Amino acid sequence: MHITDSIEGFFQLMGGDFTNAGSASGELKSTLTKLGVSQDVIRRAAIAAFEAEMNVIIHAVAGTMHYSIGSEELKITLTDMGPGIEDIELAMREGYSTAPDWVREMGWGAGMGLPNIKRNSDNLKIDSVVGEGTTLEIIISIRIIAIRKD
Amino acid sequence: MLKVTDIAGGLGLDIRVSGDMHREAAGCYISDLLSDVMAHGKEGDIWITLQTHPNIVAVAVIKGLSGIIITNGRSPEPDTVRKAESENITILTTNRTTFETAGLLYNMLMAHGS
Repeated sequence: MHITDSIEGFFQLMGGDFTNAGSASGELKSTLTKLGVSQDVIRRAAIAAFEAEMNVIIHAVAGTMHYSIGSEELKITLTDMGPGIEDIELAMREGYSTAPDWVREMGWGAGMGLPNIKRNSDNLKIDSVVGEGTTLEIIISIRIIAIRKD
Repeated sequence: MLKVTDIAGGLGLDIRVSGDMHREAAGCYISDLLSDVMAHGKEGDIWITLQTHPNIVAVAVIKGLSGIIITNGRSPEPDTVRKAESENITILTTNRTTFETAGLLYNMLMAHGS
């Protein structure tokens, strides 16, 4: 079965709102589950979306997450008003983080976020302007097994 | 097959939030780094940690973990409890250290062939 029209979702993210962190990614996960997308795609999408959501909450003032599920791919776009990434290559390196100490004490900021996103995406595009913000475009190829009618 | 309720009973853990206690604990992962759990935890794992803030519930939901065990006599924050209740995630606590908890759980899981 094929998805003819893409299914979309949109969320506002607030910087520092750790309490609600994960609700956007959680909703994306349930949508993909209802659509009958393969377990592997659900697992990868949930990890990539959640890490990206956390990055906005940790580093930015505010941001948005938008997803679009088509018949062949899932696209998750996160745009934030944040500090921007000075050196993307360095930021992609496992263990590198600019998170403050109090965020590290929570167990975040281990420098694993962007590498986790990359590992779980088929394609990752990062556009960032220092002092303005960052846009992440995560592409994951999907294969619809069956659409549940509920 | 070992259920979360068997682990809670067998290890004498305090049940702080009773989610799906009849879920199978497929294995266990231990870490206090949340992105490490995101990267290496597996669906169905029960997770041992020192972290007590609400994001542990989000990690459990996103990863499909079977439950969370907080060690060293620490307590989940009130927001964590509320979130776990609404997401149906089990939170167990113990005065034992992570090492002791892990050792006991390891033997239990191995005895059940997990």
